[in-house]
Amino acid sequence: MRQADGRDARLWRDAAAIGAAVGVIGLSFGAIAVASGLPAWVPAAMSVLVFAGGSQFLAVALMTGSPVAAVVGGVLINIRHLPFGLAVGPAIGRSRVARFAGAHLIIDESTAFALAERHPERRGRAFWTVGVTIFITWNIGTLIGVLLGGAVSDPAVYGLDAAFPAGLLALLLPSLRDRATRAAAIAGSVLAIASTPLLPAGLPVLAALLGVGAALLLPTPPTRAGDQPERVTPAQRGPR
Amino acid sequence: MTMLLVVLALAVGTYAVRIAGVLLHDRLVLPERLRHLLPIAATTLLAALVATAVFTEAGRLSVGVARPLGVLVGAVLAWRRAPFVLVVVAAALTAALLRLAGLP
Repeated sequence: MRQADGRDARLWRDAAAIGAAVGVIGLSFGAIAVASGLPAWVPAAMSVLVFAGGSQFLAVALMTGSPVAAVVGGVLINIRHLPFGLAVGPAIGRSRVARFAGAHLIIDESTAFALAERHPERRGRAFWTVGVTIFITWNIGTLIGVLLGGAVSDPAVYGLDAAFPAGLLALLLPSLRDRATRAAAIAGSVLAIASTPLLPAGLPVLAALLGVGAALLLPTPPTRAGDQPERVTPAQRGPR
Repeated sequence: MTMLLVVLALAVGTYAVRIAGVLLHDRLVLPERLRHLLPIAATTLLAALVATAVFTEAGRLSVGVARPLGVLVGAVLAWRRAPFVLVVVAAALTAALLRLAGLP
């Protein structure tokens, strides 16, 4: 029991850390939206209803000029949430209410935290803890940003643009120990970077899915304990 | 009116994508080998997100060094199994200090 308590404490601490960083980004989102001339309710409503940072920044930038592009581009950026849902779906829960509410909390961070856990029950706990924490801090941040308006400076000054990739990478490292996953991730990253100048926002990251083919090219390693961390043994499977 | 429609359309579209993944997981009957690829696909997308966040900016390759170096410091710490909080703070601090020193 003590071990579980320790892991919970660490999970809360990590969620608070990433949540605080997301809150500051939310603050800059609210401030930028208001500074660009949008009424305060637009960023506030977006942070509650859309809850997806990249698409919100894009939509705010395109809102007045080309509203159709704002929607299409925003949804395009968020298409990656579909495979996220496929991967972490079972961790969200079994009941209808849990799934329909939990689906709204599918973001990069909640997915990464969930995938970093192997046990299904721990996956669910990581997903919900991080999802709810970030939902709260993102919205509070947005509201503060809206109130402060133009008084907020670029988050890059505080190095927050480095905090995010570093945090996500730290969460991915355990999965990257698996050879097939690592091959797919590297191939996908190269494809995404190379296609960035050529494709509209959102598509380069999706192009990375082609990198999964690299995992298929690898010969299947002989099955040994620990070789395939993603596979759940019957003993690990929680009560249904 | 247009703004309200944009916000609602983006919200509905995004939620539809999210719930589709969750519901498809059950309906989709996949062979074990393909099912095994789902977490690999999600990890690949997240890795690509990290890569583009580090090396690109506004649809172009980025020439800055502060952010990649900050992430590198975080990555090394994560590799050495440093606590998550330390990884995030060290990455931000490194990038911020490098910018303070005048690096792009």
